[in-house]
Amino acid sequence: MLTFLAKRILSGLVLIALIPSLAFVLMRAGSSDVARQILGQTASEEQVAARAAALGLDRPLVSQYLDWAGRALRGDLGVSWFTNEPVAQAMATRVPATLSLVIVTTIIAAVIAVALGLAAAYYKGWLDRVLQVLSIAGFALPGFWLALMLVVWLAIDNPIFPATGYASISDGIGAWARSITLPVTALAVGAVTATAQQVRGAVRDVLQQDWVRTLRARGISRGSLIFKHVLRSAGVAGLTVLGLQFIGLLGGAVFVERLFAIPGMGQVLVTSTAQGDLPLVLGVVLVTTLIVVIVNLVIDLGVGFFNPKARLS
Amino acid sequence: MSSEFTAVLPIGKPARKRGSVVVRALRNPSGLVAGVVIAIVFAVAVLADVIAPYGAQESDLSRLFEHGGDGHLLGTDGAGRDVLSLLIYGARSSLIGAAIAVGVSMLVGIPTGLIAGFYGRWFDQIGTWISSAILALPGIVVLLAFRASVSTSMWAAMLVFGVLLAPSFFTLVRAAVRSVRNELYVDAARVTGVSDARIISRHVLTIVRAPIVIQAAMVAALGLMIQAGLEFLGMGDRETASWGQSLNEGFQNIYRADHLILWPGLALGITIAAFALFANALRDALDAADAPRTPPAPPEASSVDPSVVPATTGDLVSIRGLRIAYGSGDDASEVVHGIDLDLDAGKVVGLVGESGSGKTQTALAVLGLLPDGGRITAGTISIDGRTTTLTQRISMLGRDIGYIPQEPMSNLDPAFTIGNQLVEPLRRHLGIGRREAEARALALLERVGIPEPERLMRSYPHQISGGMAQRVLIAGAVACEPRLLIADEPTTALDVTIQAEILDLLRDLQQERGMGLLIVTHNFGVVADICDEVYVMQMGVLVEHQAAGDLFAEPRHEYTRALLGASLEGGPSRRQREKEQLR
Repeated sequence: MLTFLAKRILSGLVLIALIPSLAFVLMRAGSSDVARQILGQTASEEQVAARAAALGLDRPLVSQYLDWAGRALRGDLGVSWFTNEPVAQAMATRVPATLSLVIVTTIIAAVIAVALGLAAAYYKGWLDRVLQVLSIAGFALPGFWLALMLVVWLAIDNPIFPATGYASISDGIGAWARSITLPVTALAVGAVTATAQQVRGAVRDVLQQDWVRTLRARGISRGSLIFKHVLRSAGVAGLTVLGLQFIGLLGGAVFVERLFAIPGMGQVLVTSTAQGDLPLVLGVVLVTTLIVVIVNLVIDLGVGFFNPKARLS
Repeated sequence: MSSEFTAVLPIGKPARKRGSVVVRALRNPSGLVAGVVIAIVFAVAVLADVIAPYGAQESDLSRLFEHGGDGHLLGTDGAGRDVLSLLIYGARSSLIGAAIAVGVSMLVGIPTGLIAGFYGRWFDQIGTWISSAILALPGIVVLLAFRASVSTSMWAAMLVFGVLLAPSFFTLVRAAVRSVRNELYVDAARVTGVSDARIISRHVLTIVRAPIVIQAAMVAALGLMIQAGLEFLGMGDRETASWGQSLNEGFQNIYRADHLILWPGLALGITIAAFALFANALRDALDAADAPRTPPAPPEASSVDPSVVPATTGDLVSIRGLRIAYGSGDDASEVVHGIDLDLDAGKVVGLVGESGSGKTQTALAVLGLLPDGGRITAGTISIDGRTTTLTQRISMLGRDIGYIPQEPMSNLDPAFTIGNQLVEPLRRHLGIGRREAEARALALLERVGIPEPERLMRSYPHQISGGMAQRVLIAGAVACEPRLLIADEPTTALDVTIQAEILDLLRDLQQERGMGLLIVTHNFGVVADICDEVYVMQMGVLVEHQAAGDLFAEPRHEYTRALLGASLEGGPSRRQREKEQLR
């Protein structure tokens, strides 16, 4: 298990090095006239050239990249080309908002989806059919459309929740919870239904295993059979799906943050890619990669817990 | 769009079955509705030029934001364009976008996932890396950067999106393949020289198809959504009619004309729902296709030997007129057609027949553990002279009734240690503490002939051999000293040398504890070794019942004679051989 973990951590580190490099190439290949964009149409050619030189844009790509990577290794992510805000500081203020949305959504999705999927697979019949209908309804509602309906209904027509903005936890847990209720709801509907479907499928598969019948023949309690034995075997599939959901939600947050004007990473992303603000884009990519690597590591550990066979390979 | 789903069917399956699965999916009401909706959207997309009342960009600037009626069924938008026509042309671009995303992601994800999961090694490592790398790139940043630097075409963006979604197939397929790669039947196939391609198509694709179908529906829906989402954020092509573009323009005018977001929102929601519903129906149909086929009709009643009707009733188990059927209504098929069987305490009764004769179904009915859809339609099962209900029999499991399954390796929960699985029923039935239960489990393991019981208690099922596993299962079955033991082909899956040992162990335990033993088998060697009485079943009907010795000396029914001839091949039984060796 330890060598397995060490390997995973190592490959995670490689990813953390690799992904921002890819993003660098992708971004630099496209945006050519950043200095002109920063200074605006009124600036003279000399001013633009001077700014390009100051940003190091006149140097070869490789040298630009090595320069960025070297500083990133020392913890210096640079400064936004457009706002002069240090990237590290921009991340520190934006990451908690996005993570609030994504983590809370994932937890809610996990709890509801496991309960729904388990109940539907075990009891079948009408309950299963209700889940199918719910799943499809939740699946079919585009998240951003749902978000707008929620804003119209619960923020404008009935002002229960704020329509826009984000309150951090330090502003008080109540204000924080109120500010993320609508965005989390908009994100959670899709996440719950997708996860519940996979949990249902996994539990159904496990229930058909021979050993489930044998455990029943041993006369163990239904609670133990379902919550100890079946859930544990179905947990591998459930965890994998939740991991994918978590990462998917990082993308979904982009739309939701835009609609609810939440200052998260998605906001930074949309503006910085549109402008070609390389340091900010790289900052977002680096932080996202870090989050993904950590999530995957947690899931690997979880799978090892659920499935003893996986611990050996 | 159905080709996206049928494409994931196992290659090895005959085409006949492939067709019938789609037909079956369409027979399910929700599957039919979904199929019809998809077909309609498809037809609308293809025939857009013919059926749309106006051109996609045809605008009448004198009629803005009109509600439905007067030549424009669904009204007009802010540029005076016909909403219905925009909807019709929008179906085309939405479907193309989704098809690109699904096709590309499956084409990239499934083969790579199969190879990585099946062969592992460097391909797996690199594949997993790339997969994580793609997942780690927030999809939206790639799409934004791609659009800014390479191409503003929505189709190109959907192609990139397909690549970005490929890891979801890769991860799913790889995980599923890895979980079956080391299963016994795959090993067996490999040892017998079956080619890898055939193993993948026969065993591996069968396992992964259901998750792939769900995933494909999700990707199609995600494709529709992301396309609409990008257009909604203003990244779409203003010259091409699409639902997302309509939504975007509708939102900008939401206070002036709410009908503009209603129709594209509905079209998008209904189409996505149809994909999800159809995938579900298809999945259910695939599951049903795996279910055992309807057995042939029972033989004529006149062929039943009069000897099968017992003179007395068994004092431990007495079955009368038992009928078992699967399914309900017109689809119901009866697999056991009214049988009588008796077992006295302390006796061993064999239930013999070829596979599909209903012998296992009978045993499972006594246990109250018939598989899904199976039920007793007539007859009674009495235990200790009292007629029992299903709930009563289930409450007797573990304590009064023990069960030994056929396949030792698949009958232990892979996630828990042997010790854990033995201790749990002991504690529940005997109300004893953990330490005492562990001591009892150790003694049991020792009794069933396990050399290092302490070590075995800490082992997981995948760490022990089949023979060991069967001893563990026997220990589990007799742990709470049941009076009735039901064994379903307890030696069939084992190595020949181990079969004899297990049979000896079963006989010793049965005699030592005075249990009644109902043993289901197709092997007359087992019958000769251990049984007092034998019932012979054929196609759900009892054809013969005799004392074991008499049956070998003078089989009455021709089916019994045929079975005896086939299984003994004229050779002496093990007991006879042993006697000869002793002389």
